[in-house]
Amino acid sequence: MRKIKIVTTALLFAGSLSMFSCSENKAQEPETSQEPATKTAEAATAALSMPEVQLSTPLNQEWVTTGKGLYEMKCQSCHKLTDEKLVGPGWKGVTQRRQAGWILNMITHPDEMLNTDGEAQKLLEICLVRMPNQNVTQDEARHIIEFMRSNDGVK
Amino acid sequence: MKVNSSKLFILTASVAALTSGLQSCNSSSAGSASTNDAASKVYVAPGKHDEFYNIVSGGFNGQMSVYGIPSGRMFRIIPVFSQHPENGYGFSEESKPMLNTSHGFVPWDDLHHIALSTTNGEHDGRWAFGNANNTPRIGRVSLSTFRTEEIIEIPNSAGNHSSPFITENTEYVVAGTRFSIPLDNSNTDVPINTYKDNFKGTISFIAVDQATGHMSIDFQLLLPGVNFDLARAGKGPSKDWFFFSCYNSEKANTLLEVNASAKDKDFIMAVNWKKAQEYARAGKGKKVPVKYAHNVLDEKTHTATSTMINEVLTLDPKDCPDMVYMMPCPKSPHGTDVDPTGEYIVGSGKLAATIPVFSFAKIQQAIASKNFDGSYDGIPVLKYDAVLHGEVQKPGLGPLHTEFDGKGNAYTSFFVSSEIVKWDIKSLKVLDRVPTYYSVGHLSIPGGPTKKPWGKYVIAYNKITKDRYLPTGPELTQSAQLYDISGEKMKLLLDFPTVGEPHYAESIPASLIMNNSKKIYKIEENQHPYAAKGDNQTKVERKGNEVHVSMTAVRSHLTPDNIEGVKLGDVVYFHVTNVEQDWDVPHGFAIKGANNSEILIMPGETQTLKWQPDRIGVFPFYCTDFCSALHQEMQGYIRISPAGSNVALTYSTGTNLPAATATSTPATTPKSSK
Repeated sequence: MRKIKIVTTALLFAGSLSMFSCSENKAQEPETSQEPATKTAEAATAALSMPEVQLSTPLNQEWVTTGKGLYEMKCQSCHKLTDEKLVGPGWKGVTQRRQAGWILNMITHPDEMLNTDGEAQKLLEICLVRMPNQNVTQDEARHIIEFMRSNDGVK
Repeated sequence: MKVNSSKLFILTASVAALTSGLQSCNSSSAGSASTNDAASKVYVAPGKHDEFYNIVSGGFNGQMSVYGIPSGRMFRIIPVFSQHPENGYGFSEESKPMLNTSHGFVPWDDLHHIALSTTNGEHDGRWAFGNANNTPRIGRVSLSTFRTEEIIEIPNSAGNHSSPFITENTEYVVAGTRFSIPLDNSNTDVPINTYKDNFKGTISFIAVDQATGHMSIDFQLLLPGVNFDLARAGKGPSKDWFFFSCYNSEKANTLLEVNASAKDKDFIMAVNWKKAQEYARAGKGKKVPVKYAHNVLDEKTHTATSTMINEVLTLDPKDCPDMVYMMPCPKSPHGTDVDPTGEYIVGSGKLAATIPVFSFAKIQQAIASKNFDGSYDGIPVLKYDAVLHGEVQKPGLGPLHTEFDGKGNAYTSFFVSSEIVKWDIKSLKVLDRVPTYYSVGHLSIPGGPTKKPWGKYVIAYNKITKDRYLPTGPELTQSAQLYDISGEKMKLLLDFPTVGEPHYAESIPASLIMNNSKKIYKIEENQHPYAAKGDNQTKVERKGNEVHVSMTAVRSHLTPDNIEGVKLGDVVYFHVTNVEQDWDVPHGFAIKGANNSEILIMPGETQTLKWQPDRIGVFPFYCTDFCSALHQEMQGYIRISPAGSNVALTYSTGTNLPAATATSTPATTPKSSK
């Protein structure tokens, strides 16, 4: 139970998630850090909760456009829009294969997902490169999902 | 027989001492100087953090290095004045302008002193300044990125040694001349033995912009041709003043070893910088033509630019009364250090048998009552007895530098007698002494030069190690030694080797720096003109005989990774953008035959390697920073054809071009350049 609590705290800081988080609450007093620096990684051993993502049609075309821009800057180097694997899996059909909440978690918290989620771990066994945290916000990730839906033929 | 471990330790140590016994007189006391619980006091368990950052000058390697205290583990080397092939600093197109000077590209220097920025006289964790001793410059390193962000050259200067010390709120960083010279805009082609007539010293006050850290020379003081050695700003009551140690008041220009050691007393020069600033604002200065470089890194374009400046404002004490005073100080003073209260100024005469301590209150009284002992080149000399708080008697041989623990104690290093001496500032009584191994130069107490020392440790930076480490031929490591000063007696805890030749260093609580440490450069904010923010923006462009490749790097491929149509005589610029946004995922880039170095590219950053092919052929390039399981696959080829060849400029990743003869243009290509 205690572990779960740590995770919750860690997630509150997720925007600025860092290896240093262990000492963020330390005052200015110089004191040798008693917390192990690996706490973040350790903390990420309990599963993330699956966020609710509201999907509707027709697609929000503004989001599709911003999602495409984010894809080109932060995702394209590893993910093709076809079903062909590059570094990571191709995106064709991803919105049919996966729940939107799972995709959102994978984009915004790849480390936690790779440490705890069985499906993410199966993908790592195939791809062998840990998906990086590309510093994508929840809102941006939602836009990327809209672009994925568009890529999968949703209107 | 049962032997307890501490007895065994002593036994082993004394056997070691007997068998070594070859070096210095201090060698035999090496074991007994450290304490039995020393190991536990410096042990930082795997994965845990040190308590302090120790920012250490590199001396003749021109760099700063970063250690953890109390472990003595080194984390990082920050190149400042020297090229660093490890990450491409001074080799990449973006960083080359940082090493530009009025003498052209100067890829090396001698970095002696660190000054960590302060606010109200206390560490604030913003910047670390370092001085270039040889070709006078000051560098500013960001303590968020741990990178050199700015270098300013100092005109009218040589041997920028009494630098880069700072005022209480980092209003100014100073630069003083160790070597006096004929000034830049005077008749400089003079006989050297006209030193007394033609050579001048200067002190530059470089203003620091509080928002950006950007440096600009506000004014220079024109001063007698002495050698300025070290300096410290006042603090608290003395915060408007700056103190500079001067030797060679004899103004010798040859065999200084003898000729600059003739007088019993040289000087500590006291400068009222507030008053100097007022004179400068009131138009008392004179603008003189000079030439110096000012180099600034733009964090958005990841590129440094160098600007040449042609003028500096000089202030002559003759036109500016009550600005500068001399205080006699025995004998060839080196360190001049101000205690945390700002009342006491400690002068350390290298050849003196005592340590004089001056009183700021008495200095003010002596100035008010004009208690002078004549003048030196027109500058009033204050009476020694009138400004003296007292002398520490028989402290040791060769005092150099003093740091403070904030509890009323001073710690002075002694080069000749290889020891640290702890003494009481008010009573001037010696309280304790410990040996150093060997020939200590500077000392560092965390926060030691500030109004709020953290105390706890003193670190000695030694010039000689002799038998302290495994021998490595004629050239040996320099070293630091860590002492516990939390109790009445100083206790040796740890020896740790250092890189370059450390001179001054500062230590600062980790909590003041670590949470501001930058993790990535945001790719959205990347404004490098050749950035490829995503594979759609990768391209190869020809501009005359220049070929510009805008390439992306991601685990584990480079885009493009097949490039053809480049010809002998072309100059290729690889502009590599790391499109990853995760902490601690740099990529590297290297290509066969490059006459410079590799480059390391941090997440979100763009860096450029210039490459001039010298022969026809196919040349591999690859990622040099082990980034992933498929790092060995992260590679590519560029084909160099003869000058005048008609091979079209093409580039691709993941698509093989149709078979083509060596000289014909492929029928179809995934992408081709105009």
